[in-house]
Amino acid sequence: MQVLTFTCALLVVAPLVLVFYHLVYSGIGAVSWDFFTKLPKPVGETGGGMANAIVGTFILLSIAALIGVPIGVLGGVYLSEYGSSKLNWWIRFWADVLNGVPSIIWGMVVYALVVLPMKGFSAWAGGIVLGMMMIPLIMRTTEEVLQLVPNGYREAALALGIAQWRTIVQIVVRTALKGIVTGVLLALARVAGETAPLLFTAFGNRFWNHNLSDPIAALPLQIFSYAISPYEDWHRQAWAGALVLLLLITAINVSVRVLTRDRFHK
Amino acid sequence: MAIAAETTRTSALGEQNLAKRRFGDRAFKWLTLLMALSVFVLIVLTGYQLAHGSQLALHKFGWRFLTSSDWDPVNEQFGALPFIFGTLVSSFLALLIAVPLSVATAVFLTELAPQWVRQPLTIFIELLAAVPSVILGLWGIFVMVPWLREHLFPALKSTLGFLPLFQGPIYGVSMLAGGIIIAIMIVPIITSVSREILRSVPGLQREAAYALGATRWEVTRIAVLSYAKKGLFGAVILGLGRALGETMAVTMVIGNRPEIAKSLFAPGYTLASVVANEFTEATTDIYLHSLFEIGLVLLGVTVLVNGLAQLLLKTFGGPGVKPQQ
Repeated sequence: MQVLTFTCALLVVAPLVLVFYHLVYSGIGAVSWDFFTKLPKPVGETGGGMANAIVGTFILLSIAALIGVPIGVLGGVYLSEYGSSKLNWWIRFWADVLNGVPSIIWGMVVYALVVLPMKGFSAWAGGIVLGMMMIPLIMRTTEEVLQLVPNGYREAALALGIAQWRTIVQIVVRTALKGIVTGVLLALARVAGETAPLLFTAFGNRFWNHNLSDPIAALPLQIFSYAISPYEDWHRQAWAGALVLLLLITAINVSVRVLTRDRFHK
Repeated sequence: MAIAAETTRTSALGEQNLAKRRFGDRAFKWLTLLMALSVFVLIVLTGYQLAHGSQLALHKFGWRFLTSSDWDPVNEQFGALPFIFGTLVSSFLALLIAVPLSVATAVFLTELAPQWVRQPLTIFIELLAAVPSVILGLWGIFVMVPWLREHLFPALKSTLGFLPLFQGPIYGVSMLAGGIIIAIMIVPIITSVSREILRSVPGLQREAAYALGATRWEVTRIAVLSYAKKGLFGAVILGLGRALGETMAVTMVIGNRPEIAKSLFAPGYTLASVVANEFTEATTDIYLHSLFEIGLVLLGVTVLVNGLAQLLLKTFGGPGVKPQQ
């Protein structure tokens, strides 16, 4: 049985190894200085890069963080520090269900809420959709790390006559800050690779965009449109883009894991 | 006199402080409550927007939308059956592949593997969970689909070709390819939730079985797996929820043809991928509304499935069972 389950474990791991191998094998050749600094070339010309898509992804993530972090963290504070257990149960339940709602549905909702009234695809819409996806993620991780803070800390602060809200902000949240930041980074890594909700919100752009009310490029979108294109050179760049994106996401995941080997994690 | 004045002053100050503190406490509590309630706002908003956006289609087609297999934008006839069929079949295939693999891996990780293997393998599987769908789709198009076309599918056809499931022309992009790529995407989720579940099975349970003279396999089967049945079922349902909504990777390998075919080698189409492909091309109102209705169907199904999964996992309980992202 040991052999059987071990074989299954190998089969589970195999795709990741293969994906990594092919990404490096096919992508490394196209990762060059140009890739990070140049705009995409027009159809038919080889070369060019994805500079605008890389910057676009970071802009979208910044807007998303502006929306997702405050709402998610404060919501998590409520779940951990206040609230009746019944209400909290329902909030947790729906947050977990929301985490399972397909990302493309968020895209449709933001299309109706933001794109139609603004009469066009925009960076705002793309950032908002990613931010909405981050809210339940961050809320749950924040709650989890806050509950790891020993109750003695809260009691000691309250006994000193410090107001409850200041106890929470200055003692509880500060103690768990590292864990909260971890949760935020993991949520960012998760939405950084999202493509489906950006298809009809951020939409993509082949040029630089300095106006957040215009469509903006994003790395996953660029990978998608290059992958399904018929051009050899674009396929090469899709591989390179995928390699860069996966390295970015893996870097966040690994560094977070290294950073959080502290007393609040078993 | 001076002392009395001093005390009244401090007590006044104290009251002032107290009032301030009460206000601060109350304001902060309300602020955090408001943020926590955003979860309800989001779910209601989502349902409302999708229902509102699909009004025309709801009105025009009624229930026929779910049972008709016409998808004809030119003649403005829309039916979602081929997509519902594609979503169900591809998710079912994915579960068929992913569930045995994931549960076996979870058993390996918690019961059988030597200590030094457990940690790295767990981290590796969590990294697999972090691979974006679009990257897996890229790999699917250029590596997996050609391999399936050249090797696996011909082999399946020559050995199992007597079944209608494995007949017909081989294109590579197909329902089966979609099922396989979804399986790769949901294996890490099912594995890590199952692992948490198995870890929360009390050690006493195992020791008791060992004491009765059970072998390792019997301990796993009787004491661990059957004890954790409900939780494992929850993990599988959670995986199903992900499978139903998986979008990009599937869109890139399933072939995107709205047909109900008997053969798994034939291209298919799913609810999520038709939205991804056609949303920006929808030129008429009724077309757009039909796509919104497809989103509404998808939302309904995934909320039901995920709700069920959460109920199973939460009632199985155990402090070890963490919420899954």
